[in-house]
Amino acid sequence: MELLLFNIFNGFIIGIFYALMALGLSMILGLNGIINFSHGGFLALGAYMAYSLAPAIGFWGALIVSPFLAGFVGLIVERVLIRPLYGRDPLFSLLLTFGLAMIMQDLIRTFWGATGLPFEVPNALTHPLSQVYFFITGYRVFLVALALLATASLFALLKFTRVGIRIRAGNADLEMVSALGINIYRLRAVNFSLGIFMAGLAGVLAAGRLGLTPTMGASLIMPSFVAIIVGGVGSLVGSLLGGIIIGVAAGITTTYYPAASDVVIYLIMAVVLIVRPRGLMGQEGLLE
Amino acid sequence: MKSAASRHVDAAKPADAMSSQKSTRRRVAASALVWALLLTAPYWLPLTGGYTDLGSRVLVFSLAALGLNLLLGFTGGLSFGHAAYFGLGAYGTGLMLKFVTHSTPLALLAGVALGGLGATLFGPVTVRRRGIYFAMITIAIGQMFYFVAVRWNSLTGGEDGLTGFERTNIHFGHAILNLHNSTIFYYFTLFFFAIGCAVVWSVLRSPLGHTFVAIRENQKRLRFLGVSVGFYLWIAFAISGFIAALAGALYALLNNFTSPEDLNWVLSGDFVIICVLGGMRTFWGPLVGSVIYVVVQDYLSSITVNWMSFIGAIFVLAVLFFPWGLLGFFQRRIQK
Repeated sequence: MELLLFNIFNGFIIGIFYALMALGLSMILGLNGIINFSHGGFLALGAYMAYSLAPAIGFWGALIVSPFLAGFVGLIVERVLIRPLYGRDPLFSLLLTFGLAMIMQDLIRTFWGATGLPFEVPNALTHPLSQVYFFITGYRVFLVALALLATASLFALLKFTRVGIRIRAGNADLEMVSALGINIYRLRAVNFSLGIFMAGLAGVLAAGRLGLTPTMGASLIMPSFVAIIVGGVGSLVGSLLGGIIIGVAAGITTTYYPAASDVVIYLIMAVVLIVRPRGLMGQEGLLE
Repeated sequence: MKSAASRHVDAAKPADAMSSQKSTRRRVAASALVWALLLTAPYWLPLTGGYTDLGSRVLVFSLAALGLNLLLGFTGGLSFGHAAYFGLGAYGTGLMLKFVTHSTPLALLAGVALGGLGATLFGPVTVRRRGIYFAMITIAIGQMFYFVAVRWNSLTGGEDGLTGFERTNIHFGHAILNLHNSTIFYYFTLFFFAIGCAVVWSVLRSPLGHTFVAIRENQKRLRFLGVSVGFYLWIAFAISGFIAALAGALYALLNNFTSPEDLNWVLSGDFVIICVLGGMRTFWGPLVGSVIYVVVQDYLSSITVNWMSFIGAIFVLAVLFFPWGLLGFFQRRIQK
């Protein structure tokens, strides 16, 4: 029983990484119309920058600064590489971000080395909070709380601020938004950068939990795709839900049949696709 | 996305009969040249610093990309998971040789059947959606097979890959086809490459092939005409899966080894870039792309540890500056 709870909780944590990734991917997919294969690269970049910054500005400083830096890099990448892709066949954005992912992984390996690095979290966060449920450490609770806070802020931003409202309007009808005199290029840049910010944040959090390797993003991105498909393209809540569902499902499977823990998320996806082709919360007619 | 496709109208639609005759003649000449080069490759490859097995690898990757291109370039189905069927073909062949039989043709058949039926089985799940969604689903399904191969240690050898099998000679009565010889294996591969070309070529000339192209150009209209677009996409998916599986089976025989990397989405990306580099609206595009890609990869990985960055740069630059590929580029220049 404790083992099951342990695995469910672990799966939940992993699910949060999937969900944060899927959230950013989903935003970029929605307004920019691009599947960002390099999202995992940005996650790793956020993590490694935090690793390098932490000795200078401490864990808390790195936690705040690193996602912003990742978002800034995202802004530049959007301007230089992504912008020429708007309105073109989705094939090209897939290929370009695919190549970008390879370049980023290779550069990270060159700068920081191929071997895994540990990321120190403050001592205050490493103690178990419960004697019985030893796996509930402060860091994991903190991680959940911070992810919740970030997600809530993002939703509030989309719901209440001017730029958020424009982003949502752009998702519904970009042409109309453009016709109303809003600079959609700037809007898309902001949106892309926001998505990358979420990836960077997920990267820092994942670094404290899983450690750093150049391939850390690559291993998280595929389940994030599955999370989007399961949750339904076009729905941010769906992406969150999808991420948590597949994370927990993988955790439960680890308890009973560890060998299938990677495969089970794809089986869930297949079932969802057969029963509800648009995903759990997908909208009709999007991206077809 | 449709607008981008229709702007670049198929090159095989000449303006008048005169130029039609001319372009037919040009195409026959080009094909004759391609086959002449392929048939003599073992003789001129060493002169250029290549080696016969590299030639076989180019053929295997061209064959896989040729199969993918039927779906990608001609039907407009954005599959980013074709390594799955390639890898299934490879594993089917390897497992058959290791555990069941020492007959190379039987093993090849088993690999093609496994990969092709895999594509046929999972086709209906993917073809319900189009565009980006289609791409994501094909990737995810491909990754499923990857993880099965990694985790099913006892059967597949896990991450280390499947070893302990070897292609065997084929006996025709007293005559022996010595497949251990690199040159003979090259011709063995070329034979199946020719079969793949013949299949794709005859499909493209048939009403079925015209339906595929019509799906790419305007699937909404086809739907109004009462054509079941999903059904035809499925057929395209299955045919291209069978061809990719054949390529995978040959790859397993070439290396006497298969690894989960043969199933990975990175390889799927390689197949797509091969189609794009050569020109995905052209018949010989996959072959040209494969020559460029395989040779460059082989060369880069021998001179630098950062070859991944260079390969990534090829992806980025091809998309930004060369989206219609080498052959597409020439074709459009000739038409002007």
